[in-house]
Amino acid sequence: MTSESQRLTRTMHLGGSARGETAYPIMELRNLDVYYGDFHAVRDVSLDIGANQITAFIGPSGCGKSTVLRCLNRTNDLVPSARVTGVIDYRGHDLYGPKVDPIEVRRRVGMVFQKPNPFPKSIFDNIAYGPRVTGMKLNKSETADLVEHALTKAGLWTEVKDKLDQSGFALSGGQQQRLCIARAIATSPDILLMDEPCASLDPIATSLIEDLMLELVSDYTVVIVTHNMQQAARVSSRTGFFSAKVDDAGQRYGHLVEIDQTTTIFTNPSDSRTEDYITGRFG
Amino acid sequence: MSEVTGSTNLREFSLASSSPRVGERAIRGTLFIAAAFSVLITVGIVWSLLVPAIEFFRQVSVMEFLTGTRWAPRFKPATFGVLPLIVGTLWTTGIALLVAVPFGLGSAVYLSEYASDKNRRRLKPIVELLAGIPTVVYGFFAIEFITRVVFKEWMGLTVGTFSVLSAGLVMGIMIIPTVASLSEDALSAVPLAMRQGSFALGANKMQTTLRVVFPAAFSGIAAAVVLGISRAIGETMIVALAAGNKPNISSNPLEGAQTMTGFIANAALGDSRVGSLEYDTLFAVGLLLFIITLLINFISIRLVRRYREAY
Amino acid sequence: MSVSTPWTIEGKNHERNFKSVMFLGLLWLSLFVAFLFLLILLVTTAMNGMGRYDLRLFTAYNNTTPADAGARAAILGSLFVVTVTALMAIPMGIAAAVYLEEFADRTKWYNNFIELNIQNLAAVPAIIYGMLTLGVLTIMGLKNKNVVIGGSIALALLILPVVILTTREALRAVPQEIRDGSLALGATEVQTVTKQTLPAAIPGIATGTILAVSRAIGEAAPLLLLGALVFITYDPNGLLAGFTTMPIQIFGWTSAAQAEFKQIAAAMSMVLLIILLGMNGIAIYIRNKFAKRW
Repeated sequence: MTSESQRLTRTMHLGGSARGETAYPIMELRNLDVYYGDFHAVRDVSLDIGANQITAFIGPSGCGKSTVLRCLNRTNDLVPSARVTGVIDYRGHDLYGPKVDPIEVRRRVGMVFQKPNPFPKSIFDNIAYGPRVTGMKLNKSETADLVEHALTKAGLWTEVKDKLDQSGFALSGGQQQRLCIARAIATSPDILLMDEPCASLDPIATSLIEDLMLELVSDYTVVIVTHNMQQAARVSSRTGFFSAKVDDAGQRYGHLVEIDQTTTIFTNPSDSRTEDYITGRFG
Repeated sequence: MSEVTGSTNLREFSLASSSPRVGERAIRGTLFIAAAFSVLITVGIVWSLLVPAIEFFRQVSVMEFLTGTRWAPRFKPATFGVLPLIVGTLWTTGIALLVAVPFGLGSAVYLSEYASDKNRRRLKPIVELLAGIPTVVYGFFAIEFITRVVFKEWMGLTVGTFSVLSAGLVMGIMIIPTVASLSEDALSAVPLAMRQGSFALGANKMQTTLRVVFPAAFSGIAAAVVLGISRAIGETMIVALAAGNKPNISSNPLEGAQTMTGFIANAALGDSRVGSLEYDTLFAVGLLLFIITLLINFISIRLVRRYREAY
Repeated sequence: MSVSTPWTIEGKNHERNFKSVMFLGLLWLSLFVAFLFLLILLVTTAMNGMGRYDLRLFTAYNNTTPADAGARAAILGSLFVVTVTALMAIPMGIAAAVYLEEFADRTKWYNNFIELNIQNLAAVPAIIYGMLTLGVLTIMGLKNKNVVIGGSIALALLILPVVILTTREALRAVPQEIRDGSLALGATEVQTVTKQTLPAAIPGIATGTILAVSRAIGEAAPLLLLGALVFITYDPNGLLAGFTTMPIQIFGWTSAAQAEFKQIAAAMSMVLLIILLGMNGIAIYIRNKFAKRW
């Protein structure tokens, strides 16, 4: 099989993207293992991330969802003892290859955190920071346009357009999170990672951000970790279920149980553990 | 102008560094050198003390130095027993602690457990101001007000210009902020949940403070006291002005005495020839002082580590 | 259930019993006494200086006649020496703190050794830094130790650990989320430190450096060893000029034979106090005003 037809076969399994086209895998994880020192924390994860789709990772706490997510933009590197084996294939490039600069990776794979973390700067400077430090050479008016564009895409422009020089902390929790999303997309990333983005928000703010995700997906690929499986059911095209296992030595580790179209996971999962989690029998 | 969109086709790109980032490594290197410089300072201290001290110990045996009871380096014949200086230091330090620990700890407990937030914010800076007073001024205060006015005039005690009691008292006042500030940090670091647990059982505030909070913060408070000791031992100006420069092992605190630091200050003001035995004596005492404060500091660091790990 | 004592939740107030009130009283007394000491010190010193709060205090040089003496050389000396001290110690201290807090790998032994070392240096008695400076000046080839650069070196070495420790506290107080957010956008570590962490830590760093500099102004012991207790009747005019400083001058006047010198010593003490307490006050104000609620 040529690599082209290999890709095509996999697109059919990934199903449609948000735009209705068949999605191809923008990232492929093959036999990913994560170690912290000697501790083998996550074992043998293999999955595809479809372009312009929302992929959700669900499962109980401590099963490796966030760990795997943080490998996708190499922020796991910041933990001193962390080590990774296996392959993360990003558009044909090995994400952990020898010549790869993690900084370049993070410029293409953005991240939004669980608790909104605006910078102690003005709203304008929060958005403009990313482009400035990543070497986008923009003059004043170009920067202003970029800020407006990013805030508009994040659905925040009308609310803050008259107070761009106020501190980012002056916004409500939901607005701060949308600010962080705008900040992340201002650098034109390829993929947007979201680590439980609505965990600290009220239901109304949550639904605003879920709507936002569904709009963003036409321009970006989104991977989201969530504890709220109804959220996964609402927004994602594909869902991966992570769980914990205990090996022969008594060590607890995280692994991927199954990944499939969201509708399949929630109506007819292959693995009984997935079914138990979905129906609330455990977790 | 570039549109803010993601791309969907497999265009060629590279994940290698877009720029060589030499500046990064140069900056990190410079910062490391700045930090490593501190090691050079310690080496410098040890060397600058050791070289003349070794000269000294070629002529005076370590035994005589450490166990002799007569300190008279400028007499003929000179004796170099350092015990009187150590006794002087012990006296001033002891008296200082008698003042600093109760008042410092009491203030700390009040600020941490009883004062309202508003009051604490107003009162704590005033205690910290005591730390901003230069030691010369404390020395002046000791000799002018405490010795002359309080002891002589008001209390009519028989006391000369110099008095270990007055130096010790004033040193104690100087150390109050050190003890108070660190103790208050240690007490505040005890989690609220612990106090709430005690209240939930029906204890009152005093019982909670004394039986729950205080023991929990004990390492930090001990560290604060040890730091106070260290400051008292190393203090120079107050003792130089108020305790005097006659070595003395009597047990009357109203008399003057010379401490290790007092001797160093005095010798520095004198006119010993560089390289002479008299000159090297300064460094021998300095080395002793350094070693003592180093040991005390190690104890303090271990105590702090223990209390930081507790939560 | 026993019949003898009726069940009740009313009764004597256990917070107001005798022991508790005494305890609180003692605590309150400790604080009060600390303030009292401060007050007495300020008042008596101020009163002792009465009669010499005149312009001559600032404009005249030292003199064997108390009434004609002034602290001009000492004031200029302090200004000169401490400025050079600050220029040496502050940049280096901040740089070292940034390295230790933001870039150092804590698992490496040499980094822990450096940290331990700095904590030690912060507790070394001031006078020992004078001894170290004597050695340094000898290496530099200076036989005369009473030089401005000598005083600056001694004080800079003294306050360097303080600057490092307080800057580290300020950097530590910046929440990790801010660094994470910056790195996630693809900023380098140096960019994150210079554009996010350091700016956010500036109030804390300012407080720490002001306190360190005020310590340098008030310190006398290391300078004694450099021979700063010397009769200076000129304005110091270069790094190799002879010098004296305000605290040293006060020391000299306090230990002088003639009692009248005590008066000018007290007056000068008040001047020094006003400067230092003012600086400490500003530092504390900055700390309180800019303490960010993250």
